[in-house]
Amino acid sequence: MAAVAQPPPLKDELDIVIPTIRNLDFLEMWRPFFEPYHLIIVQDGDPTKTIKVPPGFDYELYNRNDINKLLGPRASCISFKDSACRCFGYMVSKKKYIYTIDDDCFVANDPSGKAINALEQHIKNLLCPSTPYFFNTLYDPFREGADYVRGYPFSLREGAPTAVSHGLWLNIPDYDAPTQLVKPLERNTRYVDAVMTIPKGTLFPMCGMNLAFDRDLIGPAMYFGLMGDGQPIGRYDDMWAGWCCKVICDHLGLGIKTGLPYIYHSKASNPFVNLRKEYKGIFWQEDIIPFFQNVVLPKECTTVQKCYIELSKQVKEKLSKIDPYFDKLADAMVTWIEAWDDLNSSRASKANGKA
Amino acid sequence: MSQAVIDDNEVDIVIGALRSDLTTFMNEWRPIFSRFHLIIIKDPDLKEELKIPEGFSADVYAKADIEQVVGSSIRFTGYSCRYFGFLISRKKFVVCIDDDCVPAKDNAGYLVDAVAQHVSNLQTPATPFFFNTLYDPFRKGADFVRGYPFSLREGVVCALSCGLWLNMADLDAPTQALKPSQRNLRYVDAVLTVPARALAPLSGINIAFNRQAIGPAIGPALRLSGEGKLRWETVEDIWCGMCVKVICDHLGLGVKSGLPYVWRTERGNAVESLKKEWEGVKLMEDVVPFFQSLKLPQSATTAEDCVVEMAKTVKEQLGKVDPMFSQAAEAMVEWVKLWKTVASA
Repeated sequence: MAAVAQPPPLKDELDIVIPTIRNLDFLEMWRPFFEPYHLIIVQDGDPTKTIKVPPGFDYELYNRNDINKLLGPRASCISFKDSACRCFGYMVSKKKYIYTIDDDCFVANDPSGKAINALEQHIKNLLCPSTPYFFNTLYDPFREGADYVRGYPFSLREGAPTAVSHGLWLNIPDYDAPTQLVKPLERNTRYVDAVMTIPKGTLFPMCGMNLAFDRDLIGPAMYFGLMGDGQPIGRYDDMWAGWCCKVICDHLGLGIKTGLPYIYHSKASNPFVNLRKEYKGIFWQEDIIPFFQNVVLPKECTTVQKCYIELSKQVKEKLSKIDPYFDKLADAMVTWIEAWDDLNSSRASKANGKA
Repeated sequence: MSQAVIDDNEVDIVIGALRSDLTTFMNEWRPIFSRFHLIIIKDPDLKEELKIPEGFSADVYAKADIEQVVGSSIRFTGYSCRYFGFLISRKKFVVCIDDDCVPAKDNAGYLVDAVAQHVSNLQTPATPFFFNTLYDPFRKGADFVRGYPFSLREGVVCALSCGLWLNMADLDAPTQALKPSQRNLRYVDAVLTVPARALAPLSGINIAFNRQAIGPAIGPALRLSGEGKLRWETVEDIWCGMCVKVICDHLGLGVKSGLPYVWRTERGNAVESLKKEWEGVKLMEDVVPFFQSLKLPQSATTAEDCVVEMAKTVKEQLGKVDPMFSQAAEAMVEWVKLWKTVASA
């Protein structure tokens, strides 16, 4: 029986956002999976450098000059010299779904040796419900071959819409600097064949290396904070976005999944450089986590933007005493939402045929 | 597979015998069970003599033995017979596997030592306060990921380890009836801590627990009026698991789920079970909101205290929904009394 070729899923509804400061050679390996999709390249660092995009890809590329031009004074909320700048790509995207991947992440193989189409798995994760209200011990009940277990209440089996799909990494695991220093040779070789929903009320460390989300459901909360040049902290961009997103998803009844797909992470960054970037975060985290664990968003916050603005107020109120950085961050969170709404609503009104 | 050093003297394996011929079951488990002490409890309703092969260090208890210790054996019929084994055990760790399960094979084809994995789960900390995306950080080859707060890396004592099942997964009767040929063939190579305040259906088919930490909370309580001899016809373990989870959350203990797998063999017919007993499925709807909002008082600092407090609330709030819950509450209180007299003797 001849196989019917399926068109790439969500081909016209998904953008792939890639931050880079080096080159995009890694795209060659992803070509079979990524070529049908539109890419948004966010070029960090020196804007005069030319980053070559391998031929055949449909893309838009933004360097720092473009970011400054598009956002004006609001560009201050977008990090410089840090992959956190990728969130600019989320903002300018016109699609419903975003997949973001680091330029040192390659195609992994599953235990049978088959190349993993990470994008396809992320799409599956996003398109079927999450189960945040009750943990299913057989993991994602919507996967083929799985289901809800005995005792899982029927009233909760519809699940919640999935806002975020968090993928994992084989080879170089996402460890912090101290762990990297203690275990420089540890490699993640364990393929865990599961996707699961992170329960409501539980926080997790969200890694931005292999991440997909529904921009319509949660986009404005995917701000990756103030990192890099001129900032006291680095390598907490995705963490910050993850905590904000989880709190907002819990409030709005959305789900976050973690697990498959795996990518192959090839580059171990320098642990000493990492330690310098993370150092303050390691201490600040001890206050940040209880903050997020205890955040209560008022009922009136019915949209992501409203939730996010409210969150920024509470950050300013409660975290500024740790370090004036949080004051700046709270302001940047507001700037981000203003920029997001501005960029996205003007597009909406253009789409409606208004001049 | 596991790096745990297991002291045989710390482990009891409790088997609830709902079928009389345990020969196949015991022989399949021989490579794994033979070094341990076994406590075999015969379902008081079972008429035939138990057939147990030679070569095990096993103590067998039947109806008369149960009645000698606890008086009436009503509470210990069917799947609940194993709780008697928990009561009389003197060990720190108890492993309990249903008598229709045999050892599974992992993805490499090796026999899974379910006991070693369970004990390893119980001997390493649980991490309920923050989700680790690489699952159990104490497993070889894993660790806490970037962004995991350092103050939470010590973890807490793991009180309960819930394993999973290949072949016949623990699905409820309606689900299995709808998908009669569905078999679970996916070996998920992970153990993870069920986060604090998250509830889960903790199946009793393949478990292990720290008896010293949580024993008083693991007892027979919710019995369906039509409860039968197949798991599709019970919810007693699901009820028990929810109680244990709430109590663990309150006491700062952890619950792990995932490995080890056992291979669960076919028994019975889901459609027939559904015809006989569908009440359990309906009952869960009432139970979940109750457990989700249940708060135990600060004054409850031991597992015994927690069970007694919980029983009070069950009687007050769920008793009026269905008398079965009042009976469950009474059973929980009775269990704590039994535990205090028998288990601590």
